[in-house]
Amino acid sequence: MSEKCMIKVEVCCGTTCFLLGARELLALADDPPAAWQGRVEVIATPCMDACNGNRFSGSPYVRINGTLLSGATRDLVEQRVNAIMAKPQPERSAEQ
Amino acid sequence: MINGVIRMRRELMIRLLRSYLAGTIDDDIDKIPCQLRPRDMASTRCCPYKDRAIIKYRLMALLGAAWEDEQDESRPLRDYLRDALAAHARPARPLTVCGTGCSGCEDGKYQVTDACRACFARPCTYNCPTQAISFRSQRAHIDQDACKNCGKCMELCPFHAITRAVVPCEEACPVGAIRKNAAGVAEIDFTACIFCGKCFAACPFAAILERSELLNIVDDLQRGRKLVALVAPSAAGQFPGSIGQLFAAMAAADFSDVIEVAIGAEMTTAHEAAEYRERMAAGARLLTTSCCPAYVEAAKKHAHAIVPFISNTPSPMLYAAQIAREKHPDAAIVFIGPCIAKRHEATLHPGVIDWIMSFEELGALLAAKGIDVMSQPEWPMPRPAAASARHFARSCGVTEAVLKELAANTHDHDVEAKAEAVAVQGRVIDGITTKSVKQLQLYGLGKLPGNFLEVMACPGGCNNGPCSLSC
Ligand code: FES
Repeated sequence: MSEKCMIKVEVCCGTTCFLLGARELLALADDPPAAWQGRVEVIATPCMDACNGNRFSGSPYVRINGTLLSGATRDLVEQRVNAIMAKPQPERSAEQ
Repeated sequence: MINGVIRMRRELMIRLLRSYLAGTIDDDIDKIPCQLRPRDMASTRCCPYKDRAIIKYRLMALLGAAWEDEQDESRPLRDYLRDALAAHARPARPLTVCGTGCSGCEDGKYQVTDACRACFARPCTYNCPTQAISFRSQRAHIDQDACKNCGKCMELCPFHAITRAVVPCEEACPVGAIRKNAAGVAEIDFTACIFCGKCFAACPFAAILERSELLNIVDDLQRGRKLVALVAPSAAGQFPGSIGQLFAAMAAADFSDVIEVAIGAEMTTAHEAAEYRERMAAGARLLTTSCCPAYVEAAKKHAHAIVPFISNTPSPMLYAAQIAREKHPDAAIVFIGPCIAKRHEATLHPGVIDWIMSFEELGALLAAKGIDVMSQPEWPMPRPAAASARHFARSCGVTEAVLKELAANTHDHDVEAKAEAVAVQGRVIDGITTKSVKQLQLYGLGKLPGNFLEVMACPGGCNNGPCSLSC
């Protein structure tokens, strides 16, 4: 038996990101697109330290499989995740 | 739900506070409009210069100033900052309409959209009482001079091709307190305004602004003045993390103490239940809650018949302030909540509350100070408030708490008292609307049933206040 690699979506819920739109992104955890079932993990994280100085204008920040995304919206996150899902995924054994 | 207006408001707060905390605000403040709207950036309005002017007015409101009071258009923000920091009292009117930002939205005209199919039935033309609709180029046209705005055409169109243009602020105001003046700019009639903040939340051009006390609060904190925060029950769920973590974050932001307003709500519950008993025993037919200041204002200004039935019990905010004063006689008291009308309530009780802060402003302060709520340890609460008191923030919460209190004071053997408690006919007005203002008057005249009426200006209760983070 094998399963596809999980895609990890980390939503920054530091105060700045939360104020500037992360609250809405958390809906991705409660109400993910059906196709994400079992393939995408959405988690809330503390401040990613990306909001220093004037970079706070780029909030909310989201990390998708380790890549930082600024100005994240639900649509943008869905697009990025769907693009990753559309690529051929390396299979990994469930026993590994 | 986040949108451009909310985002800009919060971003400006954070920017202003960061600059204040960095000690560079004097030099920075007049540059902010240009920094946010450089000339080569796409503008939201006609040009970047108008965008900048509006940002300037938004900053003025954050400094507590009103667009209506502007005498000299060339006055720099630095001067407004100086005035703000010298102020010792909140502005009498908590809202200002930025005329420069008002789009002068067209009044409720009916318009035909592209969805019109010029159908054979044409119920719009057949039923228009003023024959204002004709057909040209395979599409209906409404003669605006003849139209009496009855809305029949919109109701009957099988394609939903007719729409009504709304003026969002006027549509949102339950008491008709905002209207366009002769210059086509929205204006608030403060003799009618109930400070519910519905226009503030509804304007898609962000022309309606709250006059903030934020700079005074942060200035007091920076100068080491002792500040005690009273946090409204609706704080639960506003920020990521627990309420204990939020309180810890506030302590990290240099508030000397944090007190749950829900502790004051416990006192309101006990007194309101006692007042209900007394009034019913004296033959009164109705008691209404008094903790929503927008409702009290609506009653005083628009539903006079209900005024004698409003409870005299102080609000949770006022009881919590009493507790804070006893505990910290030398401190300034800051109420933190989601409500604009609380600014007005505080003004009616001088010397009780020093400053008012919204949840958005608290969030901006924590963000500017780099304090992450989620990463805080739990604040050691001396005594968490009762769950029923914490539920004051949601619709029906006050009724449930009062009923529980009445039942708690009713012993099984005390049949009469038990019957009295059971005889409470609770009614709730969940959100003040044009219709519910009329209902208030009817309750006052005894034309609607019920002997305990809870009124919340915001649908769902304070949790959905105009300055909450969840809206
Ligand atoms: S709050 Fe998100 S990066 Fe700091």
